[in-house]
Amino acid sequence: MGRYVIRRLLQMIPVFFGATLLIFLMVNVMGDPIQGLCGQRQCDPATAARLRQEFGLDKPVWQQYLTYMGHVFTGDFGTAFNGQPVIELMADAFPVTLRLTLVAIFFEIVIGITLGVLTGLRRGRPVDTGVLLLTLVVISVPTFVTGLLLQFLLGVEWGIVKPAVSPAATLDELIVPGLVLASVSLAYVTRLTRTSIAENARADYVRTARAKGLPRRRVVTRHLLRNSLIPVVTFIGADIGALMGGAIVTERIFNIHGVGYQLYQGIVRQNTQTVVGFVTVLVLIFLLANLLVDLLYAVLDPRIRYA
Amino acid sequence: MAALLLTATACGGGGGTAQGVVSASWGDPANPLEPANTNEVQGGKVMDMIFRGLKRYDPRTGRAQDMLAERIETTDSTTFAVTVRDGWTFSNGEKVTARSFVDAWNYGADLRNNQRNAYFFGYIEGYDKVHPDSGEPTATTLSGLTVTGERTFTVRLSQKFSTWPDTLGYAAFAPLPRAFFDDHAAWLKKPIGNGPYTVDSYARGSAMSLRTRDDYPGPDRARNSGVDLIVYTDNNTAYTALLSGNLDLVDDVPAAQLRNVHKDLPGRYINTPAGIIQTLAFPYYDPAWNTPDGAKLRTGLSRAIDRAQITQTIFRDTRTPAKDWTSPVLGTDGGFSPTLCGDACVHDPAEARRLVAEGGGIPGGRMTITYNADTGSHKEWVDAVCNSINNALGQDSACVGNPVGTFADFRNQITQSKMSGPFRAGWQMDYPLIQNFLQPLYYTNASSNDGKWSNKDFDRLVDQANAESDPQAAVRTFQQAEGVLRDQMGAIPLWYQNGSAGYSPRVSHVALNPFSVPVYNEITVS
Repeated sequence: MGRYVIRRLLQMIPVFFGATLLIFLMVNVMGDPIQGLCGQRQCDPATAARLRQEFGLDKPVWQQYLTYMGHVFTGDFGTAFNGQPVIELMADAFPVTLRLTLVAIFFEIVIGITLGVLTGLRRGRPVDTGVLLLTLVVISVPTFVTGLLLQFLLGVEWGIVKPAVSPAATLDELIVPGLVLASVSLAYVTRLTRTSIAENARADYVRTARAKGLPRRRVVTRHLLRNSLIPVVTFIGADIGALMGGAIVTERIFNIHGVGYQLYQGIVRQNTQTVVGFVTVLVLIFLLANLLVDLLYAVLDPRIRYA
Repeated sequence: MAALLLTATACGGGGGTAQGVVSASWGDPANPLEPANTNEVQGGKVMDMIFRGLKRYDPRTGRAQDMLAERIETTDSTTFAVTVRDGWTFSNGEKVTARSFVDAWNYGADLRNNQRNAYFFGYIEGYDKVHPDSGEPTATTLSGLTVTGERTFTVRLSQKFSTWPDTLGYAAFAPLPRAFFDDHAAWLKKPIGNGPYTVDSYARGSAMSLRTRDDYPGPDRARNSGVDLIVYTDNNTAYTALLSGNLDLVDDVPAAQLRNVHKDLPGRYINTPAGIIQTLAFPYYDPAWNTPDGAKLRTGLSRAIDRAQITQTIFRDTRTPAKDWTSPVLGTDGGFSPTLCGDACVHDPAEARRLVAEGGGIPGGRMTITYNADTGSHKEWVDAVCNSINNALGQDSACVGNPVGTFADFRNQITQSKMSGPFRAGWQMDYPLIQNFLQPLYYTNASSNDGKWSNKDFDRLVDQANAESDPQAAVRTFQQAEGVLRDQMGAIPLWYQNGSAGYSPRVSHVALNPFSVPVYNEITVS
């Protein structure tokens, strides 16, 4: 097990360098960002040259990359165009998005798995058909439609919540955005759990457990659910990274100043430092989440062991 | 500690807006917030609240009026003697003196400080020493600036510029306190100015709380107790927050909502002209577009565009068809003329077809209009303009749009002279002078002459106008120069842009100034 973890951590190194290099190149292809800084007017050449020097844009790309990576290991992610260190932007943005992601994951787990178990045990019944239909609708409607609709109904028409999240972004403010962000994944979790439960419900070990006279509750939670959750855990684990990076739409709709917002600003302003910094951290989170998922397998199913 | 306690109690109201405080939408400023570094609207809002300069543009008429200036005198349109009014202080108690201005201007002009608005000091003598086009600066102060007393200083310009004092209302010319130079980083975290508001707290990228200064000496005291600027990631969200009563003021009504705005905000929607004009510029560095008969071709294209229909259907009347190359906010005294462009800006497909043919036709039979696709609704109107041209010429694909991904890339291609056809050009005035609409854009090799248009007669008339000591004569000469621009159709004027804003029933006396920035200090809260 220990060796497996070490091997996985070592594998992260090339992925880390490869991903950052790719992002670095991609942002650089878009051209010289300095021209955008002076608005509609042309930057005067002297100032443009000074700014380029300040942000290290006057050197060849490979050199910029090396300098950048050198700095990253000392925790220096460079400076955004508004003069703020990127590390400060991260300190502001990541906690907010993390909270939003946690709210979303919470909904996925609680609602998704509950509905999945419910429908898996009642295949073909009206509940099952109803939930299946509902998940189909949720999956097929784009997030921004759900988001804008909920924002309009709950925020403007009924006045239950504030349509825009305040800069503090407290947990209670994040409930609706979290639900919107979770919606599509939630539907997948439901369907995944349902299929898995339905399949395992006919398995020998479940029949044996029943035959032993175990209470139904215990059969479902200890035996059936534990085995059925393996694919679901994989999905949710991979979803953590996807949710953090993919929150751009939701964050924009609800005015959440998180990772998605900073990334969007970074891309529009072609701010290499911001984009690469944020993506680097996202890559790390994604890799760690995947590692966590793999380790959870062993906990869920003792037969799975890593050499 | 006292300040901390005060802040704590002020915000302790349970999350709602404090008594008498206006909450307004804001965008994340792209550059650090300092006077000579702020060149876009969002940062400009803050500058307008926390700073007052020698002059101030009247929020209604746009006319430059004395603010901190007691007198600005000149005999030769080159040397100006400035007297600063007594009794003004920065919000930290420091007196505003002649030195506050001279130090600030020297700082803004110095190449070493990377100030994006440095060119504003370009008319002052010695600018080429502190801000050379290449190489290191050889001086740290502008030789044209001399402090002559506690409240007096003189400015020597490197050329005649009679209306120069009227440019001093721009934020770049604001005075700076010593605190700015002593601890620059701390100042940027919490700017200190001499205006009617002070910065109470500033969370970069998300919100800024401004509070009214009790000891503000100026005549334009704030009529509310403060303004909370809140960054919105999307103007649609800000609009939704306004509708639900969680926000008082939105100064950028999203295009998609214009259809409902009168129903949503009965009597609380403002749509007034601002000093912004959109034009189509041409790449004169491309021989195909710089032919002897080119003026006819360009005039023909101008007559092919149905401005009235486009401003009505696409912009829902938040744009006004252009009738000259300036803006209505100048007023007819200031140089705006509703008749200057005349027939050349009137839609007439038959005439357009004739002129284009006489002008040698579109180079290569096909042209593109380049624009940036990341902001605004540029795609919609570019397609409509092309449609107009195609209809007039009776050719399906004579004109097509050419989107560029980001604004930075678009600017890049322009500065590298890579345009192969007409491209979108917008101009937001720095100060309400006809000079600002003509010289930076069309004078040979001027800073924003993106199409590299060049005309000797035009240049001569601009020089002549700048040397004119009578402001009215100067305006008339500038209009003659504009006539040259029209005859050559150096750039096709499209429309003037309006500022639009919506507000909640909680506030009143909301207005936009000619820069389409809300006049925050006049807003009252009920």
